[in-house]
Amino acid sequence: MEAIKVDKTLDLKGLPCPMPVVKVNKGIKEVEIEQVLEAVTSDPGSLSDFPAWAKTSGNEILKTEQEDGLIRFFIKRKA
Amino acid sequence: MAQNAAVKVEQEPTDIFRKLEELQAQFSGIKAEIESIKNQAAEDKLSMIVFSGDLDKILASFIIATGATAMGMDVVMFFTFWGPPVLRDKQKGAGGKDLMGKMFGTMLPKGVDGVKLSKMNMGGMGTSMMKSLMKKKNVASLEQMIEMAGELGVRIFVCEMSMDLMGFKHEEMIDYPNLSYCGVAKFLEEAQNSKVQLFI
Repeated sequence: MEAIKVDKTLDLKGLPCPMPVVKVNKGIKEVEIEQVLEAVTSDPGSLSDFPAWAKTSGNEILKTEQEDGLIRFFIKRKA
Repeated sequence: MAQNAAVKVEQEPTDIFRKLEELQAQFSGIKAEIESIKNQAAEDKLSMIVFSGDLDKILASFIIATGATAMGMDVVMFFTFWGPPVLRDKQKGAGGKDLMGKMFGTMLPKGVDGVKLSKMNMGGMGTSMMKSLMKKKNVASLEQMIEMAGELGVRIFVCEMSMDLMGFKHEEMIDYPNLSYCGVAKFLEEAQNSKVQLFI
């Protein structure tokens, strides 16, 4: 599988609700439209929160990876 | 036959014009209706009444409020009844209170530090256990949540009637970037065009 080119990484490990969404919403604005933000969380709640956030904010989650209790989102800024 | 056809041709244009006029009238009617619907349409807004003065419920209110800003929503919180005491500043005082005002002032929590859990308080033990647990689990404290809400542009309205009833003064409230005082009409105006309304 082709590796996704990441433009910026956001470390959200150890942060509980609502911080991951609040921070990713801020962080996405630090990349340009069509660029990719990688967000790493340890909050299982973000598995449903991030897609919900992406849907309402109009951004696109390209891929979600899970390993060792960490969740890695690759988000393309669309809006 | 030929006569009939001629009559028909003569009638048709007027028919078409009449229909066109009808359609035009309908169209402008629809246009006006769309405009009025647009004006009434609910915005991406969350209007919340914070009635409770309990730590758990206030914390939930602020988690929802800050989360909503991340979802791109405009957020308005209305503090009423047991809510306003939580927004008092521990460092600030206010003079000129009558006996009842002084009584309420002493008995109700003065700011975030005085707020207790609604359940399992156990004379304050439960609350301090919860606070240390929150710290351990990295959950933002109420104070941090309020500060963050301010940064994220959450607007806070405080019920003037509750303030007056309990003898609180404007000068003893916290420094919050978007805090003002209002009555029920302001809440209803905001709630009317909010997609989400909550009472906590």
